[in-house]
This record gives sequence, structure tokens and C-alpha cells, in this order.
Amino acid sequence: MDRSLLLHVAVLLGLTAIAVGTAQSAEAPQPEPARQKALVHMVRQDCGSCHGMRLTGGLGPALTPERLAAWPDDSLVATIIHGRPGTAMPGWARFLNESEAGWIVARLKHGFPPLD
Amino acid sequence: MRLAALLPALALGLAACASTPPDAVRGSGDLGVVIERAAGRVQIVEHSHDSRLGTVAGLGDLSHAHVAFSRDGRYAYVFGRDGGLTKVDLLTRRIARRIVQAGNSIGGSVSQDGKLVVAQNYEPGGIKAFDADTLELLADVPAEYAPGKFSRVVGLADVPGQRFVYALFDADEIRVTDFSDPRKPVTTRYPAGKQPYDGLVTPDGRYFLAGLFGEDGVSLLDLWKPEAGVRKILSGYGRGEEKLPVFKMPHLRGWSLAAGQVWLPAVGHHEVLIADAGSWAETGRIPVKGQPVFVMARPDGRQVWVNFAFPDNEWVQVIDTVERRVVHTFSPGKAVLHMEFTPRGEHVWLSSRDSNRVSIVDTATFAVIKELPADAPSGIFFTARAQRIGF
Repeated sequence: MDRSLLLHVAVLLGLTAIAVGTAQSAEAPQPEPARQKALVHMVRQDCGSCHGMRLTGGLGPALTPERLAAWPDDSLVATIIHGRPGTAMPGWARFLNESEAGWIVARLKHGFPPLD
Repeated sequence: MRLAALLPALALGLAACASTPPDAVRGSGDLGVVIERAAGRVQIVEHSHDSRLGTVAGLGDLSHAHVAFSRDGRYAYVFGRDGGLTKVDLLTRRIARRIVQAGNSIGGSVSQDGKLVVAQNYEPGGIKAFDADTLELLADVPAEYAPGKFSRVVGLADVPGQRFVYALFDADEIRVTDFSDPRKPVTTRYPAGKQPYDGLVTPDGRYFLAGLFGEDGVSLLDLWKPEAGVRKILSGYGRGEEKLPVFKMPHLRGWSLAAGQVWLPAVGHHEVLIADAGSWAETGRIPVKGQPVFVMARPDGRQVWVNFAFPDNEWVQVIDTVERRVVHTFSPGKAVLHMEFTPRGEHVWLSSRDSNRVSIVDTATFAVIKELPADAPSGIFFTARAQRIGF
């Protein structure tokens, strides 16, 4: 076996591992599994009062990936935390923090998890 | 030979067994429907013995589902969020008919003569009338308020004369549509207050009240003198107080009248508002545990029961309408979404979404009589609604 090839492969694998690790740490921390479950429940059931349990809209707009695609994440996080003046959207800062709102926004943009 | 003669009778008997539940021959006046919102299913219940009779599934997205009844109390018209309109036979416990009539719907009502079912829709914004037997579309009445602009419709209520009253959340209007000629409806428009979120008619069908989200107050239209237009009552009720964020819109219906007064939820305040049902002047306010969602009078009007928006939605409070104070506070479960009184009010059924149960409570002693399991229940609707104006 060619030793230098083996070395190359090992170095490449190492670099890939570092790159993946960096990408993960750059993303917002994930809420604990129990908290994720509570957040999914809150979005579907309580946000669902206005946005619909399937998030297809009601008195509030639809929260589907297509509808949210054009909105920057930080603007959506701000809407969740502070509400939108002049509309019926209240701020939810009492019930979640910005990092949790960021987790919700990321999930909404990729198709929100179902209730279990 | 004898066997051959018996066979047709036997086959008939079997066919009857297959299509008719054994207890199908019964009255319908004590029946009801419990919405299991996440499952897209309803339970059929009865309140003579407080039991579940069966379920009917396949009704689509039942978040914010509403139910109206045929005047014979046999059929439930179930309006789903996804625009589904399903006619459920409460006796055979089957779907009699089902259509998808809109993209986003929040409810509907039945005409005075029982022949029309009218749906109120967010998308496309407007109302639609259907034949109550066949669900054939008879009339489409878009809530157009500017060229190409359609408002979401709230607060639809049937009133005498084949008319339906409703409010336009996006257009600050109350409208009355007359379906005397079902295929040629006539609509009259009345400017109202800012962002009406729901509406109700008094039990006589005379006054339509639209609760307002965009300002503190209630818009009132006298349907016996509609030419006088809309007036505002309870104006500025939140003056001097900070308006709290509203995590769930209150709901209005014709159960607000009790002891000669209307009892209404304040929006963004922990209060029930009281106005005289003759002069419409404010006569009082009752501090309560959270932001009220349903403020519902017991049919005799001696009590008013209140549930609350998130995050206070585990609580229920009872107001004595003579003493004008809260006389009982309790929690039947987590996330109490709805209440329904038996027709004469000895019991009330309460749904607790996150406790997966319906609690049946004695309104005189406040004792829990029974708890029925249900999958994330929301609305509870009894067939007695079929006999009332504005439900």
C-alpha cells in the first residue's frame, strides 16, 4: 500500500471533520429534546390559534416554508420575540428566548415537525 | 323450499343490521359533537346519560372548527379550517356529504328556514351559501371592499328573514346579506369600528355586536333599524390601562346576554365588561384571572362562565350575575378551549385540550360529574343550538 496516499486520505478526513465541526458550532445551540417537544406543541397549538394548527394561516398569515422563504431569519426572530405593531401578532418574549425563536424559525423554513 | 323463501327476508335483515346501528331509532335533542382537532375527527356524544356514542373521522383540518345543526337535529355541519364542509349524520354516525368549499374557513351558520348552510371564509374572503340537503353551491358572496381586495369574514350569524350578518376584519365593516332569493343574494354594507374580530346577535335576532380588535369598543347594529347605522358602545374601555399582548382572540356568540345585561370579554385586559342591554351604557367590569376568550351565560342567565387565553388557559371562573363577582375559580384540566351548557344549564361540558378530556360539571355545586376521554378536544356543540337564532 502506498503510504503517502494513506496519509493524504487521513489528512483529508481530518480536515473534513474539522469543517463539519465548525459548521455545527456556528449554528444556534439546539434546545434540549424535551424543550423542543414543548416548542413544537406551542407553535402548533397556541400559535395555531391564529396561524392554523397546520400553519396554513388564519387571522395570522401562513407559516409555511414557501411563505417564509423571502424573510430574513433575524426579522422573523424579532417578530416572534417582539410582535408586529399594528397587527394582531403579540410578542412572545415571556415564553421563549431568541435562541429558541431561532430554532423555531429554522424549523418553520424547512417544514415544521408534527405533534407526536 | 322453506329456506329459499326465507332467504330474501334474511338478506334484508342483514342489510338493515349493516347500515343501522342498534340505537339509531332515538331522538336527537340530546346529541352533540366534540371536536378532536388534531385527529380530524369528531366524537358524537349525548347528554342524557353523558356518554360517547361513537366517532366520525376524515374531516380534515379541524383547528378552529365550528359546527351548526340541521333543524331536525340529525345532521351536524362541520366547518374545518381547510375549507372542508362535512355533513355528519349523528344517528348513523357517518359522513352524509362532504365538500371542500374554500381554502381557509372559520365557520358557518344555518338559515332561519333550515334550507341554507352559509360558510364564512378567510380565503377567498367572503361567504357562500349551500343547499342544506345536497351542499350544492347556491351563491358566492365575496367580501370585496376595494377592487380586487377581499376581507376575511368573522362573526357570521343567522338572523330572521333569511339574512346573515357578519363583519369584515380587513375592511372595518358590518354586512347584512339577504338570501330570500338564495341564488340572488342582496348585501347591505355598514361602516363599523376598527378590525372587528368576531360578532354575535342577541337571542331575539335584533342586535348584532361586533367586538373590535383595532380599538377599545364594540360596534352595534340594530337590525330593526339598520338605516340608523352602526353605533359604538363600551368605547375606550381600556382607557388609562396598558393593553396586554393578546395571545388568543376572544370569541363572541349569542350567549352573552344575562340578567338584562351583555357580558363581554375585554380585549387585552383581564376583565369582563358589562353593558345594559337596553341603553347599551357600560354598567360595570369584573376583574378576572386572565384575558377572557369565552364569556358564556348559563341558559338561565344567573351565571356567566369564563375561560382564558394562553397562558392562563387552565383556569375557569364563574361570575354570579346578581352579585356581580367571581364566585368560583377552578381548573378542569390544561388548555381549556371551550364550554357548552346542556340546554337548560344544569351541567356544563368543558374541553381540556392538553389533558385530553372533557369534564362534565354540575353548575349548582361545581362538582365534576364525569370525565370523558377525548383526543385534544376543542369545540363542544349540542344540537339544542339548532333551535336558537344566531348559532
